[in-house]
Amino acid sequence: MADLSSTTLDGPRGPKPRRTFSRRNIFLYGTLLLVAIYYAIPLYVMIVTSLKGLPEIRLGNIFSPPVEVTFQPWVKAWGEACTGLNCEGLSSYFWNSVQITVPSVILSIIIASVNGYALANWRFKGANVFFTILIFGAFIPYQVMLYPIVIMLRELGLYGDLSGLVIVHTIFGMPILTLLFRNYFTSLPEELFKAARVDGAGFWGIYFRVLLPMSLPIFTVAVILQVTGIWNDFLFGVVYTGPEAYPMTVALNNIVNTTQGVKEYNVNMAATIITALVPLTIYFVSGKLFVRGIAAGAVKG
Amino acid sequence: MAAKRPNQLFRNMNAKVSAIPMIVTALFVFVGGTAWTIVYSFTKSGLLPRMKWVGLDQYERLWGTKKWLVSIENLAIYGFSMLVLVFVIGFILAALLDQKIRFENSIRTIILYPYAMSFVVTGLVWQWILNPEFGIQNIMQNAGWQGFTFNPLYNPDIAIFGVLIAGLWQGSGLVMVLMLAGLRGIDQEVWKAARVDGIPAWKTYIFIVIPMMRPVFITTLVLVVTGIVKVFDLIVAQTGGGPGIATEVPAKYVYDMMFRNNNLGQGFAASTMMLVTVALVVVPWAMLEFGGKKKNG
Repeated sequence: MADLSSTTLDGPRGPKPRRTFSRRNIFLYGTLLLVAIYYAIPLYVMIVTSLKGLPEIRLGNIFSPPVEVTFQPWVKAWGEACTGLNCEGLSSYFWNSVQITVPSVILSIIIASVNGYALANWRFKGANVFFTILIFGAFIPYQVMLYPIVIMLRELGLYGDLSGLVIVHTIFGMPILTLLFRNYFTSLPEELFKAARVDGAGFWGIYFRVLLPMSLPIFTVAVILQVTGIWNDFLFGVVYTGPEAYPMTVALNNIVNTTQGVKEYNVNMAATIITALVPLTIYFVSGKLFVRGIAAGAVKG
Repeated sequence: MAAKRPNQLFRNMNAKVSAIPMIVTALFVFVGGTAWTIVYSFTKSGLLPRMKWVGLDQYERLWGTKKWLVSIENLAIYGFSMLVLVFVIGFILAALLDQKIRFENSIRTIILYPYAMSFVVTGLVWQWILNPEFGIQNIMQNAGWQGFTFNPLYNPDIAIFGVLIAGLWQGSGLVMVLMLAGLRGIDQEVWKAARVDGIPAWKTYIFIVIPMMRPVFITTLVLVVTGIVKVFDLIVAQTGGGPGIATEVPAKYVYDMMFRNNNLGQGFAASTMMLVTVALVVVPWAMLEFGGKKKNG
């Protein structure tokens, strides 16, 4: 209390405060606020709809908050929602997606990081030719390569199988990841690499003992990039797996766009949120690293 | 001589071994797969690929098919609108965020989060919001505006714009982030000099800053265009190509032909056309970017 009175008596001090409510600021923050609301609305609508009962949805409007909060739609979406005649909900497809995503992410990152390291520090003749082809391959529409890969997988006996899809994700993740790791390893000081060689470290020794410990950020970026990319994939899932092995995105689409029975909008929205939950969590938790991932992939690509 | 050869080959062995997946992918999948599809687009493949040569028949049939023509038209409308709007929105938002404002991180987080979600999720959410019975149209009518109609997903004439709304919502955050990175890369001295000369901010943006950001614009352009050509999941989830065939796109045409209609030849021809579309953008860009200067890395 005493402190307060003394400071008020002191008079103005420090730099003159900027006018908070200038016309420019009202315009600026007003616009940004409206934009932010616009972008947030779909998420809000999803959540609100998924917590309402069907009668309430029929009566009210999609923006109004639920009068009676119910978690029944979530339970149903997870365990009982129907895709065609199969009424098992999303749970088994969630595990499919996990079984697809985890090995794909690990495999693609191992291959791409070692390869990027070889391209950055152990150049061999012709390496850049293959690398250039790989990067250009990233621009080829997937549709062009869909069927040849069907044939390859069929020859390997992996068509319609989860492991086939893992290979597909590894292949299509390779261009961007290799580029990411190559650029990162190239940006490290070369003296480091040379000193390790003088000390007698070989290819794997340098990779595991020198580079790996200092590359945690780039590996995190790669994991974020891959997990969101693979989790969100729809095309490869629907082409290369059968109904038993469908990833979550495909199952979600089947649940919502099924033509049989009464449309349960609340269950649909609950299912939609559940499917979006993994990438959304990663996004909100990782924050700046996510941005770095897309910037690294985009600006240098 | 005989002793030296294997020596060359086995030198740097580990690097070569670790590059095998890349080499296999590049040669067999990307080059081989693409060549295979192009070759088989000249054949009479139906349920299974068959090496029965028919010349340009598949392409003639393709360009005589209503569904494909609608697909191309939709891609052109969607692509052009998306391209213009995503750049305008993305750049304006980036410029607004670049005004040294508070809460920059929170606002950026909100605008970018749709990008973390799949096209399937995006399509389904907007299908719900644009649902005339419950969504925006219903709300406006209940609010007293009885004549209000806004049901893009049920009106074949404007259905593609319903998809566009969803696509913009999902993708504009990405462009904003890239543009913001570009704006941050501009030397602050440029702004000071412009202010000293009394040039208004909007003029500085258009005549000085944007030309300086050319590299960012070009990479973003390539990214956006390749994304537009690939658009598939969004359509499948939001409209299923409907009403009727009003929102069909080439990527879906290829999928339908290959895996639904047992008409592989049409699928191959259509996907080759998609490749040509992308090449029209990527090749000039690559020549601009890498053609002039020959340097490694």
